[in-house]
Amino acid sequence: MEDIEKIIERIRFSLFSPEMVRELSAARVIIPDTYDDDGYPIDGGLMDSRLGVVDPGLRCKTCGGSVKECPGHFGHIDLVRPVIHVEFAKPIYDVMKATCPHCYRATIDNPSEKPPKGKCPHCKEKLPDLKYLKPTTFFRDGNSMLPTEIQDWVASVSDEELRRAGWNPEYARPEWGILSVLLVSSVKVRPSITLESGERSEDDLTHKLVDIIRINQKLEANINAGAPQLIIEDLWELLQYHITTYLNNETANIPPARHRSGRPLKTLAQRLKGKEGRFRYNLLGKRVNFSARTVISPDPKIRIDEVGVPHAIAKELTVPVNVTEWNIEMCKKYILSTDYPKAIYIIRPDGRKIRITEETRNEAAEELKIGSTIERQIIDGDVSIFNRQPSLHRVSMMAHEIKVLPGKTFRLNPTTTPPYNADFDGDEMNLHILQTPESQAEARLMMKVEDQIISPRHGHAIVKPQEDHVSATYFFTNDDSFFTKKEAADLMYIAGITNLPKPDKKELYSGKLLFSLLLPDDLSMKIDSKLGEQIVISKGKLKKGAIESRAIEKELLEKIFVKYGAKFTRKFIDDVTQMALKALSWHGFSVSMDSYTLSEQADKKVKAIEDKVKREIENLILQYKNGKLERSPGLTLRETLESSIMLATSRARNDAGKVVESDFGIGNPSIIMATIGARGSLLNAIQMSALVGQQAIRSKRPTRGYYRRVLPFYLRGQLTARERGFVFSSFRKGLDPDEFFLASMGGRESLVNTAIRTARSGYMQRRLIHALQDLVVEDNKEVKNGRNAVIQFTYGGDGNDPMFATSAKFFESVRQDDVDTV
Amino acid sequence: MTKSSSKINPYSAVGILAAQSLGEPGTQMTMRTFHYAGVAEHVPTGLPRLIEIVDAKKVPKKPIVEIKLKKKHSTKEKDAAKLASEMESVLLPETAIIQENLAKGKIMIKLRKEEAKLLGVKMDMVKESVKKTIGANKLEARGDTLSIKLKAEKEKPLKDLRKITTKLQKALVKGVSGIKRAVVIKNKGEYFIRASGSNIKDIIKMENVEPSQVYTNNIIEIEKTFGIEAARNAIVREMHNVMELQGLAVDIRHILLLADAMTADGKVKPIGRHGLSGEKAGVMGRAAFEETIKHLVHASITAEDDHLTGVTENIIVGQTIPIGTGRIKLGMKAAKPKKKAKSKPKK
Repeated sequence: MEDIEKIIERIRFSLFSPEMVRELSAARVIIPDTYDDDGYPIDGGLMDSRLGVVDPGLRCKTCGGSVKECPGHFGHIDLVRPVIHVEFAKPIYDVMKATCPHCYRATIDNPSEKPPKGKCPHCKEKLPDLKYLKPTTFFRDGNSMLPTEIQDWVASVSDEELRRAGWNPEYARPEWGILSVLLVSSVKVRPSITLESGERSEDDLTHKLVDIIRINQKLEANINAGAPQLIIEDLWELLQYHITTYLNNETANIPPARHRSGRPLKTLAQRLKGKEGRFRYNLLGKRVNFSARTVISPDPKIRIDEVGVPHAIAKELTVPVNVTEWNIEMCKKYILSTDYPKAIYIIRPDGRKIRITEETRNEAAEELKIGSTIERQIIDGDVSIFNRQPSLHRVSMMAHEIKVLPGKTFRLNPTTTPPYNADFDGDEMNLHILQTPESQAEARLMMKVEDQIISPRHGHAIVKPQEDHVSATYFFTNDDSFFTKKEAADLMYIAGITNLPKPDKKELYSGKLLFSLLLPDDLSMKIDSKLGEQIVISKGKLKKGAIESRAIEKELLEKIFVKYGAKFTRKFIDDVTQMALKALSWHGFSVSMDSYTLSEQADKKVKAIEDKVKREIENLILQYKNGKLERSPGLTLRETLESSIMLATSRARNDAGKVVESDFGIGNPSIIMATIGARGSLLNAIQMSALVGQQAIRSKRPTRGYYRRVLPFYLRGQLTARERGFVFSSFRKGLDPDEFFLASMGGRESLVNTAIRTARSGYMQRRLIHALQDLVVEDNKEVKNGRNAVIQFTYGGDGNDPMFATSAKFFESVRQDDVDTV
Repeated sequence: MTKSSSKINPYSAVGILAAQSLGEPGTQMTMRTFHYAGVAEHVPTGLPRLIEIVDAKKVPKKPIVEIKLKKKHSTKEKDAAKLASEMESVLLPETAIIQENLAKGKIMIKLRKEEAKLLGVKMDMVKESVKKTIGANKLEARGDTLSIKLKAEKEKPLKDLRKITTKLQKALVKGVSGIKRAVVIKNKGEYFIRASGSNIKDIIKMENVEPSQVYTNNIIEIEKTFGIEAARNAIVREMHNVMELQGLAVDIRHILLLADAMTADGKVKPIGRHGLSGEKAGVMGRAAFEETIKHLVHASITAEDDHLTGVTENIIVGQTIPIGTGRIKLGMKAAKPKKKAKSKPKK
């Protein structure tokens, strides 16, 4: 078979000693240049062909491989004078602080006598006064130390002493943190780019290395020429600067090295760090093939576990199919096919991948052997993973079956909209085609939409009827919903029911009767409806009450899911929503301007409410000015006034709500939608038909703006309703200019808040995930973390799955022999 | 598949589940603040409070303490009100005028009679408090005035006087230190006290207070006074309150898991890089989170091993993660294949 899979057990981190660096190096780099005039790499230069190849056609001088084969090889630069590695400066300082520069033993603890102050407890020599100035400067008794001095010091510290300080001298000694030879990364790590103009552009690291070699050479020349110590030390410091910025260009207290354009260079540390660094961008995030992305649109007629895929996409995406003796004929058909469901590649048992073309088609089908794999275009019924970002929880990625449809958008059933938090105002989603049998099986068994109908967050339905589905189900199961025989047959056909029951009201069929056909025969439950009545289902028959949103998502779906399983629930949702929608399309349901127009009497009542708030507020202001307002505990007088006004305004809005509700009555579509939970709230209706109400900035009445007034429309110093953001108009009537500005202030605040909130909660979630991701339930329901420490002895205290915890009550009725034995 | 047991499946990634279940509703939360009438305004709820809990902040932005009275006093409003007024802290500047006289090296403290009466402060209380803060020897009382004199030779008037006055500004005359406003609240025929600021240690020592019924939203303080188990319960309660107040349904198990993870080591640890994430098992896991370079440097000088026990580490090296279906390993002995028991199924 294939190669035995190797498993990495552990990875050890350590430092390179100068000897190891030289051993590792394939080339000593001495020339601060890259390519010669002919465009070939210079020997001993930074693009030396012993360091690997990036130009096609050339071969690596170390391993002989081509661009694709050669992994790249390290080189080295011999530094004439050692230089401190910035990141190890602090650890080295810690070693020096803890040791004596005379006997190199630890200055802490002394077994017998109290150490003389400022002297080594072992050799009694005076300890120096050490200072460390970030990033790489050290002072000994006020004089700056050269890296060579430091190197000598820490190199003399014994292994035992280092071990006590936490170092592992076998793998890392402090003097290795002072570089006498610099490891040069391979060309593969810093490839040069050829621009359109044919000009070469070097990587930031190469630029930095050029600087390092140049200064190194200059330093060497000066030393050899016997230049004064001062000049040598200056150059030495410059070399230190270049190597520091080569390692980390964001070192504190050091100006970052810049590109000619003024952009700071991206050096080694910057390559690893942060969101765009190697770890988070490349190692934890991968770009994938076999995926597609387009706009989504709704299709209530496909199943909830399907995704409508445009034909154009279905043609591009492929699935591998293993050729076996049972499917070889089918595979041949795919190979021979010239249009849509066809095979595109054959992977022969020896691993060769062959594209099927017009010419090779017949021959390929002929030669097809068992053990080969074909890659065929996706067809209806293939599994895929559908995803919408941000993927905040696991139900943001679910398995859907492919359904190839005409058009250019992904189609999804609106009931699957809540887990993805998707809407159809231009949202795009991603589709992934699984490429191995294992992943396909896993997706089918665990990730299907039907298995995710109940949210693991709270145990309630998350795949649930939306908007019109809810109104439709309500009207469908209403007390006065009746259908003729033809209509009833049409509806039942949707659910695939062919046995027409007996009509229950003379010639007519009630909606409750038809709805009951979808319910399991032994389902009995009582639900308290949002409308105040009780919904009674007994033995699979809906006896009383109309279904609303809460009844279906928090009661019905949960119980059905637990008792009758995911598949049944999926079909139930599909049938209920489609039947109800069909019925609603005959019934008709809409809102119009009239639905939001109050009667004349109600208008007068609203007017009275408006006058009342105005008067109340004026009264309060008067009391405040007369000093008669009683101060609430803990508030200033002014705050008391504001809070009483806010109370008055919210009371006004509630009063208006009552007027609106009673004037519109329960027959009004907007009220119906609000009460059954289909869409909108009473507040929306109030704001549209009666008054918009108080606008608040930071939960207070707006105060800032112009000098002593919020808007230039008003007189200065007024505290009355309108001047402080109370909008008397309704949306139907339209806002006056000043009211429009007030409403915009509130709107702006909420926009700003959402923007801030998403950023903050995103970071919080990242931290939560990182802190908790290794927690796992063991066989005995214990929860352990990554260090194998027990976090909980029984998950959640009772071992219940949160997905089913709220519906655990339903499990009591489950027969004992059904219980999982896993 | 019909679900026939409500129990959790082995190898479930319950940590990730909890993190997602607590993090996902974060985007839906409002920034609204809560208002305890008379005690404190703008008490954070929602996302800011959630972050505060998860960060295990030393002191919450608005500490609030709720105090129940001993049974026989809890039905009497008078008793509760008395306790509340005893509790409210009064600082020296609130009841007295502090005057410096630099020329004479003197500080004069004069009682503000009106305020003192209102707050129930008497002269000897002021005297006592001043004594406590700076010692008795420099003190001199005369009617409603106290004067503090420096020893002319020893002390430098300007510097030392100022030192004393700044101390006096914070001198506690009355009440429990840290408690600002205390209000009596009636709930189901019982009176209890709600106050801003929290200082459980001193409160539970007070007479008439039922020490087992004192609650604060300051988790760290609960940890210090009542121990780690109490702190765990406080985290659960606070988190649950936040979710409840926002009307977001989150299963209690997710909150329990978070609280248990935060308190597992016997100390309340925050979620971020200074807490749980910074102490994870794997080097690469830590490096991938935050402070990449710091973790790599530390790992290299100590020659640390990454045993690839975590999720992140395995993703980095490209192996299956040790959670969920990735935990299950199938092995097959490469022994001789036995003779086939059944003939191959025909197509």
